Amino acid sequence: MRCLVISNLQSNDEIISPALGVFGWARWIWRQLTSMRTALILLLMLAVAAVPGSIFPQRSADPNGVTQYFDANPTLAPILDSVQLFDVYSSSWFSAIYILLFISLIGCVLPRTAVHFDALRSAPPAAPRIFSRMPAHIEVASKRGKLVERATALLKKQGYRVVVDGDAVSAERGYLRETGNLVFHFSLIGVLLAVGIGGGMSYSGQRVLVEGETFVNNLAAYDSFAPGTFFKEAELVPFSMTLQKFKAEFDIRPTSKGMPLDFRAQVTTKLGVDGKEKSTVIRVNEPLEMPNAKVYLTGNGYAPVMTIRDADGNIVYSGATAFLPQSSTYTSLGVIKVPDTARQFGIIAFFYPTVDELTTGALTSLFPAPIDPMLTMNVYAGDLGLDGGVPRNVYALDTSNMTQVAGGKSGVKGLRLKLGESAELPNGLGTVSFDGLKRFASLDVDYNPGALWVLVFALLSLAGLTTSLLVPRRRVWVRKTETGFEVAALARGDDPILEKVVNEVATALTQKDKK
Amino acid sequence: MTPVALNDSLSQISLLFIYGAMLVYTVSFLSFSWQLTRLSSDKKKIRAGASQLERVGITLLIMADVLHGVGVILRGIAASRVPWANMYEFSITGSFIVVTIFLIALKIRDIRLIAAFVSGFNLLILGVATTVFYVRVAPLPPALQSYWLVIHVLVAVLATAFFNIAAALSIAYIFKTAKWVENSKLKLVGAMRRILGLFPNEEKLERLAYRFNIIGFILWTFTLIAGAIWAERAWHRYWGWDTKEVWTFIIWTIYAGYLHANATRGWTGKRSAWLAVVGFVAILFNFTVVNLFFKGLHVYSGLK
Ligand code: HEM
Repeated sequence: MRCLVISNLQSNDEIISPALGVFGWARWIWRQLTSMRTALILLLMLAVAAVPGSIFPQRSADPNGVTQYFDANPTLAPILDSVQLFDVYSSSWFSAIYILLFISLIGCVLPRTAVHFDALRSAPPAAPRIFSRMPAHIEVASKRGKLVERATALLKKQGYRVVVDGDAVSAERGYLRETGNLVFHFSLIGVLLAVGIGGGMSYSGQRVLVEGETFVNNLAAYDSFAPGTFFKEAELVPFSMTLQKFKAEFDIRPTSKGMPLDFRAQVTTKLGVDGKEKSTVIRVNEPLEMPNAKVYLTGNGYAPVMTIRDADGNIVYSGATAFLPQSSTYTSLGVIKVPDTARQFGIIAFFYPTVDELTTGALTSLFPAPIDPMLTMNVYAGDLGLDGGVPRNVYALDTSNMTQVAGGKSGVKGLRLKLGESAELPNGLGTVSFDGLKRFASLDVDYNPGALWVLVFALLSLAGLTTSLLVPRRRVWVRKTETGFEVAALARGDDPILEKVVNEVATALTQKDKK
Repeated sequence: MTPVALNDSLSQISLLFIYGAMLVYTVSFLSFSWQLTRLSSDKKKIRAGASQLERVGITLLIMADVLHGVGVILRGIAASRVPWANMYEFSITGSFIVVTIFLIALKIRDIRLIAAFVSGFNLLILGVATTVFYVRVAPLPPALQSYWLVIHVLVAVLATAFFNIAAALSIAYIFKTAKWVENSKLKLVGAMRRILGLFPNEEKLERLAYRFNIIGFILWTFTLIAGAIWAERAWHRYWGWDTKEVWTFIIWTIYAGYLHANATRGWTGKRSAWLAVVGFVAILFNFTVVNLFFKGLHVYSGLK
């Protein structure tokens, strides 16, 4: 069935055998592609094709998951990767399905639009010869006169388009149904375009900001940055943002102890170099809106403030270091690299906001807030590997060229520091002190100019869909007979009240005019 | 934000109401089943007593629904928020809405014979909810502190309820039109045939299912859009092919296929009925397997 045919009653299944010649074949292929059946099958294929993306980790949503998958399945993973199962939604086969679907859709709605324009301007079709063949029909005995005039007035008042043809009245209503359907399908094309174009111009950057630090919006300030295909650096509007304070609140009630209640990043922002300073709060569901950017709060944690001195008492490291939370009670892991000394060394440190010792001797954190904070350190001496020019992950320490000098199996106990304490580092490396505690916020800076358009088209499509599914389109005919009159109606599409309509029209036409 | 008042003892009372509702649902389900067995009898006298059982079943269903509703509302009061922030709450609220819609629809539509399905399925959902999904009242994590929780989830619950009733009608349609049901000489199937004979005719079943499905589809489209708007605030992008988003999309596409099938020659009737059932199975899958076993951002079951 061709998509042009909207009502089942109208589909005289003319099976056209493929015409001859190249042109004929092209026409035939086009007809196949734009047929409802093809659209239906492509829709179902799209549904099936989307499934593997929820089974295998996807690079776009879960890059770590992909890495882990490769580690766990070293032989299978490359095979899956070769058929793009880790990039399902940008894969060639997934794209092929939806592109075909949209070509089919365009090929379908364009001619439908033309037909609908014609229908909007033409009169309702003439009354059928035999009313009883219609799905709803009634014959009424009545002696009242002026039937045609009264029927015309009645149906017009009910929003029908009416024409009179001798003794018969033809009426049609519900053109909005088809209009809604076309709006719906065109809006889907709008959604697709807005997603594609907007995605191309978008960017997404991440930055960890410790209390007191300032972020200035330029490429160099991001910890990681993912631009869309058409991104230009000029899209980054210069603004600065300082994290004044980060507040976290956790539940203390026994049944929900330690559950997060609220996170607030209190920031001050400034547009350009000499803009006015403004204070605001960023919360999880309340991003900060800046020009060409929205700033989201995506994570948080502790940043212990430490000072490290060499054996001569010179400061070789000082400041707050962001530790990544490893558990819901914020046991956190941090790495400190001290390159500028006679002998390079690094520290792998754990932070426990509310420390407790398990029976095994291992430490743990009981509660996410810093009630009894403790810092423990394992120290590694040797080459930090920073001179190779390869950028290093600041949250990881490559210990392959290092020897452990404190903690673990080194024979020297790991260091344990409470807030305000200091300790001697092993092997005469100097001293370390735990001077203070700050918090950090992980911020995401995102920009997607297409999002608003996606929303506009999505809402339009919802409106079109609702109209096309709920507005009944029907034709009603009234004709004088020898004993009275008859009424018939035909629905185009689903119409739950067709019979009721016929009865109501008949009743209205038999009742005396209320004067 | 000051910590909200959580009332653990009130949530215990809520649970008691849910248990009470389950008990009454059980009796209601039994009377509907008994009604169906009587209807399937080949003796006229036995069949005649069935309508009384139906009345009893419906009265019980209303009572159970009231108890169920009180349980849902108390749960909301106990948690000081809408009662649909985790799987347990979603299940009890969703099943309450299914029964309520069904009871309202009873007045306008002749769909009484699926009552056994509705009450039985509901009992199953509540059973799983109270045993597998149950969690104590807990404060909302920051990601859920948004008015979108009210909108997005409520509409999803409603959509699910409409799809649920439509699926029941489609299943009845599939049995009614099945060749093996028609031709089988088995006694049991013969009994089933007699029950199916009492259902509205095929065309009516198909149209009823269609009407519930289109409402469900409109609501589902809204759910998807509302989810995207919320994701833009909570997860900093409106769409990211998270597992939950993927399945919402899959379900949407299946039902879009269903709507097209209804206008495609050769696909109306049985095939579209199957699509509606597949769509509903995908919804159940999305709610259970995807929530519990798939990795993603949308993990608010509250289960550890
Ligand atoms: C992205 C792909 C598509 C989606 C998501 C989609 C979705 C929908 C939905 C939800 C409806 C319901 C409205 C209704 O039944 O009136 C619908 C109707 C319709 N669609 Fe599509 N559609 C798509 C592609 C197509 C294509 C490619 C065609 C033509 C080849 C098409 C032709 C139609 C027609 C003719 C109707 C009206 C059916 C009726 O009157 O019941 N659609 N579509």
